[in-house]
Amino acid sequence: MDRHFQHELESLKTILIKMGSIVEENLTGALQALLEQNASLAQKVLDNEVRINTLELEIDNVIIDLLALQQPVASDLRFIIAAQKINNDLERIGDHAVNIAESDLNLLKIKPLDTLLELPKMAVTTKLMLRQALDSFILLDPKLAQLVLESDDQIDNLNRSMTTEVIELLRSDKRSIECGLELIRISRNLERVADITTNIAEDVIFHTQARVVKHHAEDKHD
Amino acid sequence: MQTKLIEKPSTADSTTYPSLIQDTNRMKSKIEVNSLYAYFGKTPALKNISIMIPQKNVTAIIGPSGCGKSTFLRCLNRMHEVAGGTTTGTILLDDENIQEYDPVNLRRRIGMVFQKPNPFPTMSIFDNVAAGLRLNGIGGKKDIPEIVEHSLKQAALWNEVKDSLSKSGMSLSGGQQQRLCIARALAVNPEVILMDEPASALDPIATLKIEELIFELKKKYTIVIVTHNMQQAARVSDYTAFFYMGELIEFDGTKKIFTMPAVKQTEDYITGRFG
Repeated sequence: MDRHFQHELESLKTILIKMGSIVEENLTGALQALLEQNASLAQKVLDNEVRINTLELEIDNVIIDLLALQQPVASDLRFIIAAQKINNDLERIGDHAVNIAESDLNLLKIKPLDTLLELPKMAVTTKLMLRQALDSFILLDPKLAQLVLESDDQIDNLNRSMTTEVIELLRSDKRSIECGLELIRISRNLERVADITTNIAEDVIFHTQARVVKHHAEDKHD
Repeated sequence: MQTKLIEKPSTADSTTYPSLIQDTNRMKSKIEVNSLYAYFGKTPALKNISIMIPQKNVTAIIGPSGCGKSTFLRCLNRMHEVAGGTTTGTILLDDENIQEYDPVNLRRRIGMVFQKPNPFPTMSIFDNVAAGLRLNGIGGKKDIPEIVEHSLKQAALWNEVKDSLSKSGMSLSGGQQQRLCIARALAVNPEVILMDEPASALDPIATLKIEELIFELKKKYTIVIVTHNMQQAARVSDYTAFFYMGELIEFDGTKKIFTMPAVKQTEDYITGRFG
């Protein structure tokens, strides 16, 4: 039986994928602007934020309507709950992309360092994590979602290295304080983005396999 | 009263009870059904049902029309036999085989409420509730008014009828009639109450009152409810059993069934993807 409700769930998924692609585009833009020192690209990220915020509200409304009118259960319920969280997660990633773009613009106003330290590596890994998290949602692939969870340690390690390296840099060149702080700020934002992509991956696992993996919930129940 | 701790189902396939087996808050069973087959003539309406009905909880039986859920309910108080049906397997009430009970005594311990409210049409509200008492020789002239009042209070009907006890039961609204029938069932002090679609003929407000009542009654009684309304099952029950074509497909905590059912057939049924 082809139900109207199924079409509404498909529409919710489509609009969430659209939100995901705009957020991904913004994160990529913010990181590209950093690497290329491109002010117009950074500005575009800031301008794009309103689209993300508008979509977040639109998706919220769709979810409220589905919960109120359809009383979903089982996998439908899990999908809608996951969608609600992913919507919120994507909006937060959008905020971090904006923070990075603001740091890009600040860096362009001050004397830049010759090196971005670990940031290029962090950028590649974080973008890949977001890509995999979104693909796992689109393809309903919990194995891919699991890969995202396993990548988070790399970003945590790189973020810690960034702090150490910036401190060392500042010891040798105190004129670079502002620049160093912006690099730390970008590193922290990337670390947060990576964390949020793991939340998306956890939601995909919850939706597809009815397993709660966050906060090691499964280990506690065993 | 004898009770039994449920550690795991004795005969059912363990895959049907994935989380019940892990249930650390072990529940006590009131009714234990083992390998139950129920027939109309030679046609089996129930096939190899094994299930434990937990004490002082609400167990909902869901499934499409013809899945055997009402037949199952009627086996529990031997009403299936009244309709000319036969059964094999065992049903234990507090560890005692119900086939060894006098059916009238059994039905006093296991009361029943039907889909359509069926007050005795020629009797007053008072007499409707007192009828079961008089029939069973329970209570003297002094006790009966007290029991009637208590039963009507338990059925959340007392305040609405206390000034009109001598009026006909048929003068009440459909929702009130159903609560009158619940009061009638409660008057003989049963241990288990079977409800066969108790709210399907009622409007949303009357339905809500019955659901709230069920929630209150489970503190004292073991309740088994058959319902077509899955949201109702989700709202009122602690455990849910899904029946399909005479078989028990899945039995688990209601929260588990409605968020992460273990069997695809259950999932397909409750999400409306059936057939």
